[in-house]
Amino acid sequence: MDFVRSHIMVCTGTGCSSSKSPEIIERFEEELKAQGMDKEVKVVKTGCFGLCAMGPIVLIYPEGALYTHVTVDDVKEIVSEHIVKGRIVERLLHKEEEDKEAVTSLTDTEFYKHQHRIVLRNCGAIDPENIDEYIGIGGYEALGKVLTTMKPQEVIDIIKASGLRGRGGAGFPTGLKWQFTHDAVSPDGQKYACCNADEGDPGAFMDRSVLEGDPHSVLEAMAIAGYAIGASQGYIYVRAEYPIAVKRLQIAIKQAKEYGLLGENIFGSGFSFDIGLRLGAGAFVCGEETALMHSIEGYRGEPKNRPPYPAVKGLFDRPTVLNNVETYANITWIINNGPEAFRAIGTEKSPGTKVFALGGKITNTGLVEIPMGTPLRTIIEDIGGGVPKGKKFKAAQTGGPSGGCIPASLIDTPMDFDSLGKIGSMIGSGGLIVMDEDNCMVDIAKFFLEFIIDESCGKCTACRIGTRRLYEMLDKVTKGQATLADLYRIEELCKYIKANALCGLGQTAPNPVLSTLTHFRDEYIAHVVDKRCPAGVCKDLLQYTIDPEKCKGCTICARNCPAVAITGKVKEAHVIDQKKCIKCGVCMSNCKFGAISRK
Amino acid sequence: MPNTKTAVPFKGTKEQEEQLREVIRQYKDVPGATMPIMQAAQDIYGYLPEEVQIIIAEELDIPLSEVYGVASFYAQFTLNPKGKYRISVCLGTACYVKGSADVLTAIEKNIGIKTGGITPDGKFSLDACRCVGACGLAPVMMINDDVYGRLTPDQIAPILDKYK
Repeated sequence: MDFVRSHIMVCTGTGCSSSKSPEIIERFEEELKAQGMDKEVKVVKTGCFGLCAMGPIVLIYPEGALYTHVTVDDVKEIVSEHIVKGRIVERLLHKEEEDKEAVTSLTDTEFYKHQHRIVLRNCGAIDPENIDEYIGIGGYEALGKVLTTMKPQEVIDIIKASGLRGRGGAGFPTGLKWQFTHDAVSPDGQKYACCNADEGDPGAFMDRSVLEGDPHSVLEAMAIAGYAIGASQGYIYVRAEYPIAVKRLQIAIKQAKEYGLLGENIFGSGFSFDIGLRLGAGAFVCGEETALMHSIEGYRGEPKNRPPYPAVKGLFDRPTVLNNVETYANITWIINNGPEAFRAIGTEKSPGTKVFALGGKITNTGLVEIPMGTPLRTIIEDIGGGVPKGKKFKAAQTGGPSGGCIPASLIDTPMDFDSLGKIGSMIGSGGLIVMDEDNCMVDIAKFFLEFIIDESCGKCTACRIGTRRLYEMLDKVTKGQATLADLYRIEELCKYIKANALCGLGQTAPNPVLSTLTHFRDEYIAHVVDKRCPAGVCKDLLQYTIDPEKCKGCTICARNCPAVAITGKVKEAHVIDQKKCIKCGVCMSNCKFGAISRK
Repeated sequence: MPNTKTAVPFKGTKEQEEQLREVIRQYKDVPGATMPIMQAAQDIYGYLPEEVQIIIAEELDIPLSEVYGVASFYAQFTLNPKGKYRISVCLGTACYVKGSADVLTAIEKNIGIKTGGITPDGKFSLDACRCVGACGLAPVMMINDDVYGRLTPDQIAPILDKYK
């Protein structure tokens, strides 16, 4: 075994990879070689640290120096200063705010201080492509313990006692699900333990990060589930849009098989378990369990009526347990630390933690894992660092196209399954999009409906046609053509779709509309009655105009207008041709004199 | 997104067909093999024209309607060839609230096609996609495998010029 004196951890999650972290790693390896230090310093490609806004991220141990916004050109300096001379490169250290002092340690940041990491415990800490590192920090111990010392029912009892609820959105108790599948009788004895990694909710990327940063924790948990319910085969249904996650899963499955941790007779216990990978093909509805199983079987991903539930008749008509990636990532921790330790975190009815993907108008975009029941305010103000550019926090959207908005007035709402349900939103898969005063809530509701129309499978009328009619009515609102009676019709149709759609996707589709109508009714009324969009988003309701008093005739606006809609002579006031204007706002953002206004 | 039958003549080669038949042989006895085979077929040809769907249906001994049903259901499958440079703009929520719709409009203007279309010279095709998972860089677009983040409409022209 090689002994190394220093580890350079470089994030290779999707966010940092997009900002050139693979090139940074290459450069590190070249530089270390040039210095003759490639044997004593190791470069580790890790999963996501969560602090995506600050990427690419480089963390160097043993000092624990956290460098952010690192570029390929910075590598030489880091190697020659930090690695060779032992001097920290102050310039690149993470700063929480421009004028604040640099933070040297990861755990000292406001971003990490409030977090409690169970699901993301290994993300950023190990090389996900090396099974030895996972085993080195206690990986596959839980599987060993389960297979050699416990009966299936004992495993299920532990999961039940932990109170773990499904992290995919609905929050169904995981232990119960396993019990039902365990109790179901299969005609030929075959059962399946599957993993839902079809993370379709736009704005949620925690499952992707777990698969990219810690794939073995999911494989290990699936084997445990297989043992508990009596399944010898598992499938992971993962989005094809996540190429890095797919590649790391393939590597992880191969390594686990080579080590005998998957396959025949694991740990000599007589229990065999194999995992197959199936790639999704871009259909949101495949996140619904029955649709997902149809898709694995090779058909169109259309849901079917329940009951019978998958626990009784699922994949290939056999009893099947299907859990989300984040749910699985909790399992080994619970086995190793006991259900009481898990219950000690979070709230009574929602124990444990939840990972949120923080995005939108927030300073620290990224992944955060917090105990259930943490108030939204902590996430937005402390962890997220507030809304940038001094704008006002308006609302947070959770649960994606199935969820709703939490308005600024309810910022102290605890984030757990039941509290969010009470105010008409949901935790969903954990997407948390922050919106400021520049976001129009009618437009957001319309955006989600457009998504649903695109993604509706078309099987039931309520969803296929209902959501389209709903979209058309909202479109009228954003164009200033609606009446107050339309608002009433919108609400009626929402209730109808909720009551009549076949699957969860359709039943929850009206939620973004209902929730914005509840919390931001004033904004709808402004569109309908005053023909005005208070946030200045709905293009049909606003106009860009140049104030001739303020315009100096510098021609910048005219030169930058993509639609050639601005005319005027040098040093004379310019005019916007409203017929040609596409309302892109480029003129306003380029004007140095504040002469252009949007109303 | 419109996904109607293409008017472009099929230009598949013997080698491609041999490759496809080999994939089908490998998967034939795997339960639920249709989708992995179609995904491989799209990797081979770049899209799934009728000619390719017929081979899959015949080899698997399932109705062509079933193959077409799957091909037209999933967003990943395309019945039309894509451009040399495939532009996809993320319209996921995080990108949308940060103005990706304006970015998309700027691209449509720049290359003169609508979302879902392809330029007459086959160089660019433009699609909107739902979340590539790089929400920290919003708004994001991809041109083939290159990711461009933190975009504004006025950055579009210089970026596209690099590919023209």
